[in-house]
Amino acid sequence: MTALYVRPRELREALDTRAAHPDWMVLAGGTDLMVNANHRPEPAGILDLWRLGELCAIRVEDAGVSIGAGATWWEIQNHPVIRERLAPLALSAREIGALQIQARATLGGNVGTSSPVGDSLPALLALDAELEVASVRGSRRLSYATYCTGYRTTQLLPDELIVAAYVPLPGKATRTTWRKVGTRRAQSISKVMGAAAITVDGDLVVSARVALGAVADRPIRVTAVEDAVRGQRLGAAAADAARTALRTAIKPIDDVRSSAGYRREVAENLVARFFSAGSMS
Amino acid sequence: MKVTLEINGESRSVDASPWKRLLDVLREDLRLTGTKEGCGEGECGACTVMLDGEAVNSCLVAIGQCDRRTVTTVEGLANGEVLHAVQRALVACGGAQCGICTPGIAVCAAHVVDRGLVTGTDDATARARIRELLAGNICRCTGYQLIVDAIVIAAREVAKP
Repeated sequence: MTALYVRPRELREALDTRAAHPDWMVLAGGTDLMVNANHRPEPAGILDLWRLGELCAIRVEDAGVSIGAGATWWEIQNHPVIRERLAPLALSAREIGALQIQARATLGGNVGTSSPVGDSLPALLALDAELEVASVRGSRRLSYATYCTGYRTTQLLPDELIVAAYVPLPGKATRTTWRKVGTRRAQSISKVMGAAAITVDGDLVVSARVALGAVADRPIRVTAVEDAVRGQRLGAAAADAARTALRTAIKPIDDVRSSAGYRREVAENLVARFFSAGSMS
Repeated sequence: MKVTLEINGESRSVDASPWKRLLDVLREDLRLTGTKEGCGEGECGACTVMLDGEAVNSCLVAIGQCDRRTVTTVEGLANGEVLHAVQRALVACGGAQCGICTPGIAVCAAHVVDRGLVTGTDDATARARIRELLAGNICRCTGYQLIVDAIVIAAREVAKP
């Protein structure tokens, strides 16, 4: 059977189609869903959101940046405000696949697929992003911190579409960072990647958000680390506190790409580095 | 579904399932076999074409998404008998060996050179930038050195006023 295909011109039409056909594939850049497409059964239908105008804008607002679900990682990494103020997002965008993938892969795709190794997802957690989702019933905002509910499962309801991510701009006292460890910078699926937003008073840690990917069934905030570093001095003290707290806080995935033990050691080094002095943008 | 695209400056129509890959339409329906399939997973870049001016992996594009879009394949890089600057430089430098990756590399390199994405005033910066921009094109023969040499030359030529 040949797949049915709809490319809506407006979000309204997309939401109608989603409500009428919750079993259809929601397709944008296709960099995940089209892998080995010639060897896989055709979906019943395709709802094509690629370049749907209402989903593509990146808007700088007073206190944050609204990034449309359809914005590509190429657009995101080249946006001047995102580069300057939301470094973890720009940095992760630059290491998602390579040029050809970045030209097609979208923020909404990464969020919708919700893979535990989605490169941008720890950045969204560390930056305390919110998601705007919509359906024919209306739209709602939810914190990205509670969006992922398990292995590739989310709070998104069957008739909903992801519209945008709203990412608040960190204040002047907050430093942010992102780092990925993989077999190579481009293309490879990450072994461990993480992001942090650390608010400091001089060199004392006031508060921190620390997020990791590929160490659990979903991207996670590591609250044990966040609690442990509060009040610590950046450098060896905070780095050691972070490393010790992380040791018992994660249960990394164990698969063909890396053993759980290796991922644990890398994750420890990663968080320790986040809190070493002078490692942040 | 019926899909009409502009390929290498020519309007072509195909009747295909929207799920069919652009790569397969190019090779099977339109007999444009310059575009190669490597991995079929978006890892190797052998199937790179330009879609609406962006370099993309044609194995990851559903033909349903291509109606009224513009595609340039390796067959469309040359202007008549005159090769693209990237193609000339690849020939001059010997930036090819078995050839499977070459069409994808030529298309991706032409894209980054024509867009002026190879930035950097000194050679080392330009070469590092080229390696990042071409990181999605895997070559198992050459070791990349001669390919990077060629793109440096082509970028300089295209940038000339």
